[in-house]
Order: sequence, then C-alpha cells, then structure tokens
Amino acid sequence: MEHNLQPIPVKHKYFTPGVIFIAIIAAIGMTFLLGRFLFGLGAVTNLDNFYPWGIWIGLDVAAGVALAAGGFTTAALGHIWHRDKYEVLVRPALLTALLGYTFVAFGVFTDIGRWYYIWHPLIMWNGNSALFEVGICVMFYLTVLYIEFLPMVTERFMGKVNLPGFLKAFNKIVDKILHVLDRTLNKVMWIFIIAGVVLSCLHQSSLGTLMIIAGEKMHPLWQTPVLPLLFLLSAFSVGFPMVIMESLTASKSFGMKPEKEVLTSLSRFVGPLLGVYLAAKLGDMFIRESFVYLAEINTASIMFTVEMVIGVIIPLRMFLSPAVRENTTGLYIASMLVIFGVLLNRFNNFVIAYDPPYTDASYFPSVGEIFVTLGFVALEILLYRAFVMIFPIISQPVKGAIQKAKYAIKGA
Amino acid sequence: MGKQTRRDFLKVSAALGGTVAGLSALSPKEAKAADMKNLSEDRMGVLVDTTVCIGCRRCEWMCKKTHGYDAGDIETYSDEEVFNKMRRPHNEGYTVVNRYDNPDQPYHPINVKVQCMHCDQPACVSACIVGAFSKKEDGSVIWDTGMCIGCRYCMVACPFQIPTFEYDKAIEPDIRKCDFCHERTAEGLLPGCVEICPVEALTYGKRRDLIAIAEKRMELYPDRYINKIYGHTEVGGTSWMYMASRDFHEFDFPKLKNNPAPGVSESIQHGIFAYFVPPIALYALLGGIMWVSKNKEKKHGEDE
Repeated sequence: MEHNLQPIPVKHKYFTPGVIFIAIIAAIGMTFLLGRFLFGLGAVTNLDNFYPWGIWIGLDVAAGVALAAGGFTTAALGHIWHRDKYEVLVRPALLTALLGYTFVAFGVFTDIGRWYYIWHPLIMWNGNSALFEVGICVMFYLTVLYIEFLPMVTERFMGKVNLPGFLKAFNKIVDKILHVLDRTLNKVMWIFIIAGVVLSCLHQSSLGTLMIIAGEKMHPLWQTPVLPLLFLLSAFSVGFPMVIMESLTASKSFGMKPEKEVLTSLSRFVGPLLGVYLAAKLGDMFIRESFVYLAEINTASIMFTVEMVIGVIIPLRMFLSPAVRENTTGLYIASMLVIFGVLLNRFNNFVIAYDPPYTDASYFPSVGEIFVTLGFVALEILLYRAFVMIFPIISQPVKGAIQKAKYAIKGA
Repeated sequence: MGKQTRRDFLKVSAALGGTVAGLSALSPKEAKAADMKNLSEDRMGVLVDTTVCIGCRRCEWMCKKTHGYDAGDIETYSDEEVFNKMRRPHNEGYTVVNRYDNPDQPYHPINVKVQCMHCDQPACVSACIVGAFSKKEDGSVIWDTGMCIGCRYCMVACPFQIPTFEYDKAIEPDIRKCDFCHERTAEGLLPGCVEICPVEALTYGKRRDLIAIAEKRMELYPDRYINKIYGHTEVGGTSWMYMASRDFHEFDFPKLKNNPAPGVSESIQHGIFAYFVPPIALYALLGGIMWVSKNKEKKHGEDE
C-alpha cells in the first residue's frame, strides 16, 4: 500500500465556502494591519508603557515558533533517524514549518516599532540578549527551511518550465538552473537537515529564556531558570500532534483517505514526550515550591491549571491509550489538546504571567490585535492550500509509483 | 513495538542531553560576575532624600526643558492637584514626583521622585537585541536611538519599569527614559533636576561618597531615617539611591533582590552557547545518528 504512495500536487477546487470565509477573515486582518503601519502601534493595539508586549508576541511569535516544531521533529525522525515509513509526512511538515516561520517573521515585523530596521540584528550583535539569539536563529532557520523546500520546486518544474510570453526565451536557462540545483542539493542536503534541527533546538529553548529577564515581574508559577528546557520539551511534544492534526485536516478537506496507519504509528512518540515534559514541569514546581500559588484562586492559578490539565495531562492519557491512537477522531482530539496546551502555555508565559509593578488597567488584546492574529492564521491556511495544489507535497496513491528512499526531499 | 519506542525515546533524550548540558553547568556565581569589571570605582550617582523633598516639582519642569520638550510655565507646577493620581515617567517627562500620606506627621506628606535608577548591571543593556543600550563609565545608562528597532524588550526587562515608548508614532517611534543628563554632566554641569532642586533633596556625587553620606545621615538622625538605602544593593546596585523615613514598599518601590537585574538570563544564554560547543556537539551527534541509521537502513534493505 505504502509503496505506491507518491507526493503529487493535489487536484481540487481552490475556493469552497469554508475557504471563502477564511479569505474574508484574512482580508479584515490585513485591513487592521494596514492601520498599524499607517498610524502606529498605539492606534491598533492596546499596548502601553505598562504592557509592552501583547498577543502579537505571545501568540503570533512565541506560539507560532512552537507550533512550527513539526518541521524539525519530523525531519529528525524521517531523515536523521531514517524512518522511511514517516517519509510521507516530512514534506507537509516542512511546508507547515516554512509557512509558520514566515508568519513568525511577519509577526515580529508587525510588532516592532521600527519595522524598517528589522535587519539591524544582522550587523548589530548583542550576544547577551536572548532576543538576539532567537532572532538570529529564526532568520537562519527560515533560510534553511527555504533551502529544504527547493527540491519540491525543482521536482515540480524540472523539464516542465514553460514561462509565458516574452519570458519564453528563458525557459532553457531556468531549466538548466533547476537541474544544477537538483544535483547539488542532493549532495549537500544533509548539512541543512541537521542544521535545521540544531537551530530549532537552540531557538526553541532560547524562546524560553526570553521572559526570564522580567524577573519579579513574571508570576512565580511560570518564572523559573529552567524555562528554556521546558520550552524545548514542549516544542518536542507538540511537533507530531501538529503533523497529525494537519494531515487529518488536509485529507478531510481534500476528500482523501487519511494516512491512518502512519499517523497511529507516529502518535506512539507523543505520550512519552509529553510525559517527559510533564515530569520536568512538575519537578520544577516541587523544587521551587511554586505550587503554593495554586492555593489562591486567581487568573494565574486558573490559567495554569487549565494549561496543565487540559493541555498536558488529558492528552497524555489519551496518547498512551492504544484505542485512542487507533481511532482517527480520538487522534484528532488528542492532538488538538496538545496544540491548545502549548498555545496556552506560550500565551500564559508572555501575557498572563507578566505582571508589571505599576499598572492602570490589565491588558486585554484589542479587536485590531485579535483580527491581525486571526488574519495571519487565515493567510497561512490559504497559502498552505495553494502550495499543496501547486507543489508535490501530499502523498497520494499512484499506480505503479515506487517510493523513493533516502532523502525524500530530492528531485526527480 | 514497545521496545523500539523505548529505544527511540532514549535517542531523543540523548540528543536533548547535548542541548541542555550547558544549562546544568550554570551557577549563580557566574551570574554575579557579569560585566562588573567595566564599572569605574569613581562612577557618579544621585542620592535622593525623600525626607527633604517638598514636592515643588521643579525637577519635572527642568527635566522637560533640558530635553527640549514644552515645559510650560514653572508657576503651574505648584498646582497640587496632580498628586491625586500616581504618575509614572512618560515620553516627554523622564521624571515625576508622587506624594504619599505620612501617618507620623500628617502635615508633612512624603514626596518621592521617580526616574531611571541607572542600574550598575542594567537589564535593558543585557536585553537589547541590537545592543543600543550601554552603561557608561560615569554611571549613566544611555541608548542609541539610531540602532533601536522598537522591539520594547528593554521595557519587558527593566525591573523598575522605566523605559517608555512612543506608541502614537508610525515612523521613528522612540524609546525614552532618563539619560542622567549625560550630555550636561560631560560638560561639567549638574543633571538638570539636581541643579534646580531648591532644597537639596538631590545630591550628585561619586556613588561611594553618596553611600558614606547616607550612612552618616542615618547614624546622626536615627529618628529621621529607616536604616536602609534603597538602591545600594538592589539588583546589584543602582546609581540613584534613596533615603526615607518609612519602609520603601509604602512608596511603591518594587521589592527586588540583590542579584543583578539581568538575573540568570545571561548565564543561561552563555551556557547554551558556551564557545559554540553545545551547538556543534549537537550537530556532530545528530550527524552520527544520521550516518549510523542510514547504514542500518541499507543493511535492512539487503536482508529483505
């Protein structure tokens, strides 16, 4: 069965009622985004001198980076550990990471006051800054992701270059470039695959270091020197659930048969990974004795409890159960819970836990902030749909096709 | 099936071990040592005596004037209405005075001036992504607006919540805060607020001399002061220091410990990167795993 699976562009109508709805959300979001660039951060956001960071950093950037973890975890499993069985998942995961990180970059671009200086960290270095580390690693990793994606471009267009109009003259040369790329990439791709995983480990953990400097301003339920480790472990845990969720969503949306066997097999890893995360989180809690803050009922303690129970403990139990893993619906729900847990964890760390000593009123995101965030997510979905219809990303049964072994990110 | 899961899991843990090896090497000692070496023994500071301050707010007026903002008429500053609300430094006024009730002497309320504390080991300097902030030899913490990308991480990092941002500007929004009148003091002048203070509530001088002065005052007038200089040891010491008649927490001073303002963030950062050994080791480890598992795959293929 698996042996005649091959990634090919999906043939399907692009616009459906659901897609049109998502496009409208994207349009509203981009309108607010325009307002931000025309009139400044204050005009669109509820940010102020008490709360300098809101959901654009907490969700668009911090949660965005975490949820793009499927890219590096799947690449590690498929290419470094050479589990060819999971090969069919690597390309979709890579695309998600690519889009995810692109939008993380957009998120940063939107949030910083002087967006036109976004290149400054490339030449102005401050090695003491956790933000600098995150910024540089994300820039490098984004480049690596685009390189890793190139084979899908060469595979799609090699020998089929057909530029319109006067550009026809370039057909031959473009094809030649694609051929050269294909040959070279094949030989050097392993360098980028490993670099991608290393860079991910680095910035996923440094993302956790980011809020440590806020010191006493951060609620003790979250403030701990092991935040980098916790962020890394939670990124490991959410990678595969993201891949599972996307795979199931895509097959539903395109009316294809879900790759259930592979996904069930992949889901075995999630339980142990979540278990390690939970152990680290609880261990830290007992060493720092921060559990005393759970005795008082307030926003922080409630959010922390929701994060842990719904986002970690329940899905952990679900992923340990073979019955859930064998069942598409169960798998989908369990994956969504892990995703929700990590999303909430990042939001809690960056927004809920931040408790400045002087305030007027507490921060709540403005309509504009919410719509820009939703707009980015909507755009990501629209682009994902377009990409899988243009490029050979999703594996589908093809008569007589033989799956390629070794690095599957490779041309024809 | 189960056996394989465990083996995968061990491999993942091994890879993880490489990344976090740096973390375990952390010790609080490293954090304390950070960047102290560049500080001059002769660095300057200001001692604020809140028992002397009369709340005339001339310092606020002078601060605006010095930094080129519309300061308005100095007479309007005697309006005491403003004390009804607690205020914070803002974009066009790097210092404000707040008033607190004094239960011991109801007719002598306590006035507290607020501005950047100019930490000896500033969190903003450590945090700034482009290194726009710097601690100068004279004790001031200043920043280069031209480098700033407006990320506002300095605001997240500052334990005193001092830097402010121009949210209403679409182009060239600035980070703003007290710059210790860096340009004035370079010319031998006093900081604006110190110069104008009519009651000498503010004393400008070498930081170590100020500590000696404060200790002397506390010794001479034990009834007037509590035995504490705020800023002497907080977050590793600040250039601006305060004396008061009552506990500092009554005047909204944040409760801070004596470890440096950047906390453990720098040592974690340096741990993860320690001479690029952890990342390179992880790279090598993953490369090894890739090579071994590739060969294994080949063998499997032959077996089949």
